[in-house]
Amino acid sequence: MSELDAIVEAAVAEATNANDKAALEAVRLQYMGRKGVLTEQLKSLGKLPPEERPAAGQRINDAKEKVTGAIEGRRAALEQSALEAALSAERIDVTLPGRGQQRGGLHPISATMQRIEDLLGSAGFEIATGPEIEDDFHNFEALNIPPAHPARAMQDTFYLPGGMLLRTHTSNVQIRVMSNRKPPLRIIAPGRVYRCDYDQTHSPMFHQVEGLLVDEVSTFADLKGLLVSFMRAFFEQPDLRMRFRPSYFPFTEPSAEVDIWFGEAGNGRWMEVLGCGMVHPAVLQNVGIDSERYSGFAFGMGVERLTMLRHGIADLRAFYENDLQFLRQFA
Amino acid sequence: MKFSVEWLKDWVAVPGSVDELAERLTMAGLEVEGIESAAPVTSGVFVGSVVDVQPHPNADRLRVCQVDTGAGELHQIVCGAPNVRPGLRVAAALPGAVLPGDFKIGKAKLRGVESGGMLCSADELKLDIEGDGLLELPADAPVGMALPDYLKLNDSIIELNVTPNRGDCLGILGIAREVAANYRLPLAGPGLVNVESGISDTLPITLSAPEACPRFAGRIVRGINADQASPLWMQERLRRCGIRPISVVVDITNYVMLELGQPMHAYDMRLIDGGIHARYARPNECLELLDGQQLALNPQTLVIADDRKALGAAGIMGGKASGISTSTTDVFLESAFFAPLQLAGEARRYRMHTDASHRFERGVDFSGQRRALERATELVVKLCGGQAGPIVEQIVDEHLPARNSIDVRQSRVTQIIGCSIDAAEIDQILSHLGLTPERTPDGWRVIPGPARFDLTLEIDIIEEIARLYGYDAIPSAVPRGGLNIGMANGASDADRRVRDVLVDRGFYEAITYSFIDSESNLRIDPASNPEQLLNPISAEMAIMRTTIWPGLLKAARHNRNRQHERVRLFEVGPVYGNAGAGSAQSTLVAGLACGPVYPLQWGASSSAADFFDLKADLESVLQAFGCDAAFVPATHPALHPGQSARIEIYGKSVGWIGSLHPGLRGEFDLDQPVMLFELDMSVLQQRPVAKARAVSPYPSVRRDINVVVHDGVTAAAILATIRQRAPAQLRDLQLFDVYRGQGIESGKKSVTLGLIFQASSSTLTDAYVDETVGSIVAGLGDELGAVLRA
Repeated sequence: MSELDAIVEAAVAEATNANDKAALEAVRLQYMGRKGVLTEQLKSLGKLPPEERPAAGQRINDAKEKVTGAIEGRRAALEQSALEAALSAERIDVTLPGRGQQRGGLHPISATMQRIEDLLGSAGFEIATGPEIEDDFHNFEALNIPPAHPARAMQDTFYLPGGMLLRTHTSNVQIRVMSNRKPPLRIIAPGRVYRCDYDQTHSPMFHQVEGLLVDEVSTFADLKGLLVSFMRAFFEQPDLRMRFRPSYFPFTEPSAEVDIWFGEAGNGRWMEVLGCGMVHPAVLQNVGIDSERYSGFAFGMGVERLTMLRHGIADLRAFYENDLQFLRQFA
Repeated sequence: MKFSVEWLKDWVAVPGSVDELAERLTMAGLEVEGIESAAPVTSGVFVGSVVDVQPHPNADRLRVCQVDTGAGELHQIVCGAPNVRPGLRVAAALPGAVLPGDFKIGKAKLRGVESGGMLCSADELKLDIEGDGLLELPADAPVGMALPDYLKLNDSIIELNVTPNRGDCLGILGIAREVAANYRLPLAGPGLVNVESGISDTLPITLSAPEACPRFAGRIVRGINADQASPLWMQERLRRCGIRPISVVVDITNYVMLELGQPMHAYDMRLIDGGIHARYARPNECLELLDGQQLALNPQTLVIADDRKALGAAGIMGGKASGISTSTTDVFLESAFFAPLQLAGEARRYRMHTDASHRFERGVDFSGQRRALERATELVVKLCGGQAGPIVEQIVDEHLPARNSIDVRQSRVTQIIGCSIDAAEIDQILSHLGLTPERTPDGWRVIPGPARFDLTLEIDIIEEIARLYGYDAIPSAVPRGGLNIGMANGASDADRRVRDVLVDRGFYEAITYSFIDSESNLRIDPASNPEQLLNPISAEMAIMRTTIWPGLLKAARHNRNRQHERVRLFEVGPVYGNAGAGSAQSTLVAGLACGPVYPLQWGASSSAADFFDLKADLESVLQAFGCDAAFVPATHPALHPGQSARIEIYGKSVGWIGSLHPGLRGEFDLDQPVMLFELDMSVLQQRPVAKARAVSPYPSVRRDINVVVHDGVTAAAILATIRQRAPAQLRDLQLFDVYRGQGIESGKKSVTLGLIFQASSSTLTDAYVDETVGSIVAGLGDELGAVLRA
């Protein structure tokens, strides 16, 4: 082995063994520095005969490249492990919960109302509103419920002085809309309604969404089709079983109550979810709409009932306690 | 209306199961609300005849009976009932019998005497029949017959929800008519029996209010025995239809009402002076009712009276004075028609509701009075003996309900129902409903029967066609119409946006009652005079709220009591105007914050939410609508006087924010500071559409200033002064530090602000900005006494 080979071997070994950047720099200076071993070798070239100089220079340069390569390789390795050490020191527990404000939640009644509004909105129904403290005309008389009509006993009413009352349904809105606008009409009226009834299954305040469609062609078959597609979309059950059974509301005729099959095929029951029917011609006449030219249908659904069915809520009263433990489930 | 299926079968031979009958009734509009069996299952119980009764050798209270149950030999049964006696027909449970409750009967020795079975009381059979001791069966009960067969216990009771338009279905006959039409079967039933009169006594009847009572039939029956219970079969039928047996005459009137739908009344002849009058009540006239209630009669109330006094409130309830007692021997039976419109609401006006008023208000068959009277007489004579007088009937034809013909166009049927129904099928439906259809060029002409008060218009007949055709058979179609895009509903959009912002900021939405107790509304809003309900459910729900805060505070208390330390609630809901203007309703959003700023979490300190935490939430709502609101220091009766602000938008007061007045915390049972806001949604609903401005390409220049002012100078005043003094190039203004303490004179504070300038057409020079800031600082000095901090 030549002297040069021995130097390279020693330099590479020292570089590889350098434990930090300072030691590595010392190795570099020792061999490659201004007075370094290899630098001195290069300086000694002049003492050689000219014909030997190129080959000797080539050997020294090769040696320098090898040593430089070893030093740079070691430097990169040291930097890499330093980076790894730093990253390792910065390791966090990514399973810790996120910080800051946490989201709250909508009341399930609101969420259901929005859901109803969106589904029916997609069928062209606009939202309309009306007063909750209402007069007898808009809540009853215009809806074909004259004073002392037995149907008034169906809806125990809260009264206020001056002949006013708390609306017992949002059907008052259909009268207000039909009185002010011309058909064709497609509206829904969501809102609070009130009945003087308070027990396990009745709340004196509850929510309804009423729908109304008046057009030159609108039939009971259309009403069925709309409500079937609505209910299936609402409950996300394309095969939802429904039945329409005859019923009575003074402001619609023919009238129907709609039940959905709730539970397993063999072990379930019919649950009433809404009332509906063709708008009674007397109601159209009361608001100045030609009942020969136009027909229409209306439907009204209880938001609490739909919410209870969708979410499996057993007790109506939970809606008005506003218990956070209850509300958090629907966020 | 409850009815017995076995009774219905007297009238129409319904095939199939009870469940199928119930399903068909429901799908025809007579909703079945429940089905129950008439009695619990028993086996091994027979009609027995007590042949012999001997004292028990070892027990005073027991007797040893020999009972014939038709088996050829007598059964020895020991019995303790006091009413056991020879000749009595009894319910005998023989060894092997199983009584309700899985009570098995065997042979036993009672005090040393063999007893082969048990004689049963109604209670032991779980039958709802009154009487002490053994169940006493009628003397003609066939010995040896199985008791469930004899009492027809294998019967179902169906409870119907009869809608107000179907008064005709408040009797077995009406239900049978409906069932017959539905099954396309003939109607049978007891025929009309004309009871021969054996006496000639009558009472004159005067109809002096024929518009209210256009028809009245009555008759006298003399020499009856009213001092007895009605027979078991009648009691059972009454019971199964939900009416408690009382005494034979009353039971007969109820029986006829249930059967034919015609309410009846019986008067004791001894207590009638002169003739019968159907007239309106006289001024100050009073009546003591059968149930003991004193009624001060209203002049619009129709009464049945004799020559001197009111005997009963017509169609509602009879009077006590003329009621039937056990000593009654002569009765006057009433079967009348009272006009529904005249009677409507009458009972409710007296806060009453009776079986009779329920039927008359809905309309009873105005042709059926004589038939019902004959039926009642038949039963009275049969069960109580006596001799009937002739029927006296007064009719004022022009006041009887009209039954005009109704034209039904086939095209209209299709137009409403939405499918074409075969004319022959419609024809059949109309016939089965007894509407006597006649064909016309474009449809039918029908005449409704006297029992149907709900059929006057073409649409009423179309409903009948749809109902009997079957709603299930009508196809589902898709509504047609133009694809018109309606206007966006600003109110609804704003409601949603507010909800979303608050939910994102950690709030849960609450829904609280619109009616609350007067006291808590007054505590929060003392200047209000809320609308009061005339008939509230309770004092807790008595007035229409003028503020949402009481509802939220109660919800907060509910949650604090359930260990929720941190409560963030909001409600978007209505409040109502003052008394007389309650319909002036507005929609508010109200929020409540109580407890730590953040939910308990690692790496964050936990301090209680204060005014500024809630203010940030509210500002977030306002920003979502591009609203620039001013928070003006002001006092509110419900808020801490030093921590409350009125919210103003465009100079208009639109709400409040602050800390609940510490003096009110106790009122709402809260032990911690509570932050509240309330904002009128209408300002948010008028959200302006943002107008774009060009973005400046030139750099902005920032200068921070630090001024010292008196403590009482508000941040709003400093900001307003700067804005007022600054040129248009002031693009942004940030207040980022407030400091009191060392280095600042007591009673003063240091405020640090960042002013950011940017022009749209050039780069601003330092010299210009410095000069501008100088003039702003000078302005702060002039107006607010501010001094630049060294």
